[in-house]
Amino acid sequence: MNSKKTLFDKVWDSHVVQHIENGPDVLFIDRHMVHEVTSPVAFLGLKDRGIKVLHPEKTFATADHNTPTINQHLPVEDPLSANQLKALEENSREYGISYWGLGHEKNGIVHVVGPEYGITQPGATIVCGDSHTSTHGAFGAIAFGIGTSEVEMVLATQCIMQAKPKSMRINVEGSLSLGVTPKDVALYIISQLTTSGATGYFVEYAGQVFRDMTMEGRMTVCNLSIEMGARGGMIAPDEKTFNYVKGREFAPKGAALDKAMAYWETLYTDEGAQFDKEITFDAANIEPMITYGTNPGMGIGISNNIPIASAVEGGVATYQKSLQYMAFNEGDQMMGKDIDFVFLGSCTNGRIEDFRAFTSIVKGRKKADNVTAWLVPGSHQVEKAIKEEGLLDTLHEAGFELREPGCSACLAMNDDKIPAGKYAVSTSNRNFEGRQGPGSRTLLASPLVAAAAAVTGKVTDPRELMEIETV
Amino acid sequence: MAYDKFNKLTSSAVPLPIENVDTDQIIPARFLKATERKGFGDNLFRDWRYNADDSPKKDFVLNNPIYKGSILVGGKNFGSGSSREHAAWAVYDYGFRCVVSSFFADIFRNNCLNIGVLPVQVSPEFLHKIFTAIEGNPNTELEVDLPEQTITILATGEKESFEINDYKKSNMLNGFDDIDYLLNIKDQISEFAKDTPL
Ligand code: SF4
Repeated sequence: MNSKKTLFDKVWDSHVVQHIENGPDVLFIDRHMVHEVTSPVAFLGLKDRGIKVLHPEKTFATADHNTPTINQHLPVEDPLSANQLKALEENSREYGISYWGLGHEKNGIVHVVGPEYGITQPGATIVCGDSHTSTHGAFGAIAFGIGTSEVEMVLATQCIMQAKPKSMRINVEGSLSLGVTPKDVALYIISQLTTSGATGYFVEYAGQVFRDMTMEGRMTVCNLSIEMGARGGMIAPDEKTFNYVKGREFAPKGAALDKAMAYWETLYTDEGAQFDKEITFDAANIEPMITYGTNPGMGIGISNNIPIASAVEGGVATYQKSLQYMAFNEGDQMMGKDIDFVFLGSCTNGRIEDFRAFTSIVKGRKKADNVTAWLVPGSHQVEKAIKEEGLLDTLHEAGFELREPGCSACLAMNDDKIPAGKYAVSTSNRNFEGRQGPGSRTLLASPLVAAAAAVTGKVTDPRELMEIETV
Repeated sequence: MAYDKFNKLTSSAVPLPIENVDTDQIIPARFLKATERKGFGDNLFRDWRYNADDSPKKDFVLNNPIYKGSILVGGKNFGSGSSREHAAWAVYDYGFRCVVSSFFADIFRNNCLNIGVLPVQVSPEFLHKIFTAIEGNPNTELEVDLPEQTITILATGEKESFEINDYKKSNMLNGFDDIDYLLNIKDQISEFAKDTPL
């Protein structure tokens, strides 16, 4: 037996309460994030069984999925959304859980506020009833999305039953060239692996590219792990990680910090540890990416043409159905395609760095007349930073407005719906049919590509706009 | 949530030979606003099933009366995307007790097992056989035998076995869910919680 352990093994094994022969492990959960959409039925279950939340102090609730992004000070108009928000507020109060509702200064998207307040920590197990919980893996945590029955389990017992996934390491070596962002790295990997390429695996990202990346960038990459089918993705914590976490409100302090640090410093993959699968990519092959189809694996470098059906693996009929939905043809060039909407936001790209990137392109330019742009910060803290750093003034000069925080058009449960047949360049994570509103057509891309589209009204290589700046 | 025990299921099946069916198609986000677990079947595959004016789309399989039964057969990578358990509820609430595919997304598979829908993963070849059999005769019956872990196309007798771990299998056979199990080992969990570093 190889005694060398992967980062994933170390965190997983230290959280196993019980192993069931030919069955799952009982895994202890350190932090549980809760939101309004996937929790009401779980709380109902608790009530039916007459039991309490076992560890309310490890549970954090925020309202984000169906909240409006304008006029948040007014009552929520949609009665169904209002009802879910009320349920979360009441349940949180009843069970003694911190609740950051609309208007609360800590309110924001669950995966944005977790790291902001130090709830997300290295080596923790973190779950939430939202598949992009994988975001928190950027800190070297095991973080994954769960269903409502599982939310109920964690509320009731602080544990979950999971079979241990297989392990995969994805290395990206070299360094990224101008205009290539963490989002592009993730979309590139998904395009290579397909949306089911990592199903059954938990991914560790390693290599120069991830070491060089900021915490925000790492969050973007880990966020998208689920889009290649992986249960989650993680990156070994380093000084950058520790410095990010230290001092935040819910981060350990004093003696607790010393104890935590002693644990955190063990969190790396031992040299010689075995992965079930290992893949290596070269950063030099990655350019700004854009998707052309109806799943996140259907992405290409922005200067490429849409692949022809006979060249893609798998079902030609499914592929053609997808292009038909998008009203694109095989072989089409992506560059120059007219677009109608731009969405900057979501737990994938709604952090301050994303707004800095977007602003760097639109600065001194004007929003294209044919484009409706929704700029939605991931949290109030992001919103505050946008204002403090002067980005808001620049955005206003270029003709853009800022909305209030929330998931917004990422899943279009509120009023932020892309109309049927319209094209949106979106920094979010899913381009499924109707994801951003019935009939909507989504092109996933980085904040830089979104910004270039916002000022030109069409799919544009952001590097063309960046080069001007450097001359 | 307790559900009916699952043992052996013999039924005709509804074919959906599309790959990468994601949970946004199974149940679009705008129908996730309930605070109770009821009525999701009405909106199963909503946007494939109905036009914008709520009239049924004739060419969608759920609107075609020749296909019926409590088994849904889908293409590869079924249930990808969001963690919404509502997708599994919608499948169950509509009347399906079993979904067959050559590949399932992880979270969807887990969610199904937690609420009493049996995901049966077969080989691509066997999936193809099932689709062909149903195409030839919409009344083709499949037999899903959980104790034996087999699925059979009754007309031809072609059979394949499928995987399920012993723990989940016994849960499905007895109609138990994970919470029952966890509540039983609560003391052990509390003991464990004392020593966690975070
Ligand atoms: S922004 Fe989108 S992906 Fe992220 S938590 Fe909200 S709905 Fe989920």
